Amino acid sequence: MFESLTNKFNDVFRKMSGRGRINEANVRESMQEVRTALLEADVHYDVVRKFCDDIVEIALGTEVIESLRPGELMIKIVHDEMVKLMGPADGQIYYVKPGPTVIMMAGLQGSGKTTTCGKLAKFMQKGDRRVLLTACDLQRPAAVDQLEIVAGQVGAEFFKTEGETNPVKVARKAVTHARSTGVDVVVIDTAGRLHVDEEMMKQAEDIAKATNPHQIFLVCDAMTGQDAVNSAREFNERLELDGVILSKFDSDARGGAALSVKAVTGKPIKFMGVGETFDALEEFHPDRMAGRILGMGDVVSLVEKAQETFDVEEQEKMQAKMAKGEFTLTDFLKQMRQMTKMGPLKSIMKMMPGMGGQNEMLDSIKGDEVGRMEAIINSMTKAERNEPGMIDIHRRRRIARGSGTKPEDVSGLVKSFTQMANMMKQMAGMGVRERMAFAKQMASPGGMGAMASGGMGKVKGSTKMGKVNKRKLKQKNKRKKRRR
Amino acid sequence: MSLFSRAIQKISTGLSRTRQRFLGGLGSLLTGRKVDAELLDELEATLIQADLGVHSAVKICDDLRAAAKDGRIAKGEEVIDFLKNELKTYWPESDRSISYAESGPTVILVAGINGAGKTTSIAKLAYQFHSEGKRVLLAACDTFRAAAQEQLTIWANRIGCEIITGSEKADPAAVAFDAVSAAKARDVDVLLIDTAGRLHTQDHLMRELTKIRDVVRKQLPAAPHEVLLVLDATTGQNAINQAKAFLAAIEATGIFLAKLDGSAKGGIVVAIRNEVNLPVKFIGLGEGYDDVEPFDPETFVEALFA
Ligand SMILES: Nc1nc2c(ncn2[C@@H]2O[C@H](COP(=O)(O)OP(=O)(O)OP(=O)(O)O)[C@@H](O)[C@H]2O)c(=O)[nH]1
Ligand SMILES: Nc1nc2c(ncn2[C@@H]2O[C@H](COP(=O)(O)OP(=O)(O)OP(=O)(O)O)[C@@H](O)[C@H]2O)c(=O)[nH]1
Ligand SMILES: [Mg+2]
Ligand SMILES: [Mg+2]
Repeated sequence: MFESLTNKFNDVFRKMSGRGRINEANVRESMQEVRTALLEADVHYDVVRKFCDDIVEIALGTEVIESLRPGELMIKIVHDEMVKLMGPADGQIYYVKPGPTVIMMAGLQGSGKTTTCGKLAKFMQKGDRRVLLTACDLQRPAAVDQLEIVAGQVGAEFFKTEGETNPVKVARKAVTHARSTGVDVVVIDTAGRLHVDEEMMKQAEDIAKATNPHQIFLVCDAMTGQDAVNSAREFNERLELDGVILSKFDSDARGGAALSVKAVTGKPIKFMGVGETFDALEEFHPDRMAGRILGMGDVVSLVEKAQETFDVEEQEKMQAKMAKGEFTLTDFLKQMRQMTKMGPLKSIMKMMPGMGGQNEMLDSIKGDEVGRMEAIINSMTKAERNEPGMIDIHRRRRIARGSGTKPEDVSGLVKSFTQMANMMKQMAGMGVRERMAFAKQMASPGGMGAMASGGMGKVKGSTKMGKVNKRKLKQKNKRKKRRR
Repeated sequence: MSLFSRAIQKISTGLSRTRQRFLGGLGSLLTGRKVDAELLDELEATLIQADLGVHSAVKICDDLRAAAKDGRIAKGEEVIDFLKNELKTYWPESDRSISYAESGPTVILVAGINGAGKTTSIAKLAYQFHSEGKRVLLAACDTFRAAAQEQLTIWANRIGCEIITGSEKADPAAVAFDAVSAAKARDVDVLLIDTAGRLHTQDHLMRELTKIRDVVRKQLPAAPHEVLLVLDATTGQNAINQAKAFLAAIEATGIFLAKLDGSAKGGIVVAIRNEVNLPVKFIGLGEGYDDVEPFDPETFVEALFA
């Protein structure tokens, strides 16, 4: 069920590429795959239908540019249309002068409202603003305590009314309190509520009426399925939302809810929550999200994450080496070390196209494996590291003894490395789609699984994204043909 | 089975919210219709919108189509019975019940992703056991999230059962250890272990969970007797990944499907049964400690079309 969407798209477009141009029949056929892909990403049924209809219309009206294959053009149309639907990006909080700016949070139970209050406070305090968090969830056990602790952790001010049972009153008092103390922003945390719970929805309306929030944000779980449209629609109708914050995007959910929610509310998606800590709040990027929903992997985020951790100069040197095929085992080791610095490998790998379902394979890369590789490489001479081809059976035995491993481990590593070096050379010149196809190839049994460490190359290679080298691409295609 | 007899009563007297919803909508889709391509398309759409996922929805519709072809069903009204029978086989009675310890405390480990409803669901189970006269102990092993232990403590006080907590940021496995020791020493009937929410993709946290399980098992070899994965009914296809990961890390034995009182249908549990063979044991229907029912496939099927 969870085959990579990438694979699906590739299939569709491979089929299409054989036929010279886009016509109604092949567009409709490919839309079937797109439809399934979107549904599996949890985009709502009706949203998918409308989206696919629009795509057909756009595609049929588009002239096929000579140089672009129909499949490539189609994926571009789908991607662009999705970006358009989810955009424009708007990661702004609008402040009023004079303050206080009043912000109200709303959403279903457990969606992440209280945690997001903390994240927003931290975000807004960066501009030297004084933020007051207000506990208006008088329902859930210890909800007030939770927000008080959160406020303490992010250094925000906190407001509660002991003994009060009516959240509307607490909210009103909080705003008055904020005015008198010169606080810049008041954030009202509310109880989680079901959109079908009339009494609770009325209460939310009452809180809004009593405090006149400048902005009301819906916090929505990124893993939400088809029901996202129903809750978002209702919250929007009752509260006139100003924006949506999607939480728990650090999961491996495709996040089709983003598209659904935007489609039914028309309200901008402001931020996404990517963790339980208070700095885990990111701006929403429609283009990345489109890639994620389509299963193209959150390549851009990955690149950024990699860049943050990697020494930039080092990285450039490495890339130049890769492209020229001069990547050595010493470089490989350096990369390994950097990769482990980047945190759990798996989470990074999972962001890669086609990697989503490859759990077993990813499980095979363990922290201690890096240690073992390190030991093996350290036991090699400099010459061996630069030219692993020279490692024969005698050298293999010596290295194994020196590193406390088995000769098979040594040959395994060398084999992986060689495959990886080749792969990186190829990937260095690829565009996104080529990379996708490649990822698929790697994800197939015997591809990636057989060479766990090869994953590094992909991650690394992806940092060169966007630089399309046509000549190399052609070469690669030729190579592929020959192989067949 | 005395457990949940009250809840069963609730269903049979038609008070169940899921049933109520069902009475509203089902007729309009199926009554007075022929089982033809059009109806099957609509059914497929309904199933997809209930979060069954494309695969499971198509599979079920294919079965229906086959049944219509060889004359086993013809009228729309028959569809529901057909589906009930089909889905009943997904969740046989046997794997919907709780397995208790032969002697000594029964340990139930509860896990799931962030905000799914673990702590509240534990309160619900604790209340049920408690009202059956069992001695119940709660273990607050979420030492991470702000006020998580306070939350469970409030539930314990409301229900009137005992609780073991740890200091803030304490090792959850150590709290679990203390709890099992206490359960043994105090002759507790049921120990319910609450854990911090964690994403199934967070390896270190999943390992932490495995460690909690191992610590429990070391002290009580047959424990945990149940390992419940709490799933938010609004969750989409990602729940399959969740089920897989929690199965791998702690051998989950069943699902507690929380938040089924909203408009979400929780159809993902069908896909989960198809893909990873994990049964559903309970459903959560509200925020109170008595808003729980044993999972009933028939009511569930009816609710899919409500
Ligand atoms: N991994 C992850 N966890 C999150 C994120 N945002 C919130 N959480 C977690 O989700 C759980 C629920 O978050 P809360 O902030 O308590 O949710 P809430 O909406 O206030 O819940 P109620 O008040 O009960 O409706 C907690 O365990 C949070 O730590 C996120 O972006 N990523
Ligand atoms: N409507 C409804 N709300 C529920 C149900 N179960 C839990 N909740 C609510 O969902 C929210 C989160 O529940 P918790 O029990 O705190 O969830 P949790 O999984 O322990 O959350 P973390 O420990 O933060 O990961 C709370 O507001 C609960 O009241 C249910 O069956 N129906
Ligand atoms: Mg809250
Ligand atoms: Mg909890």
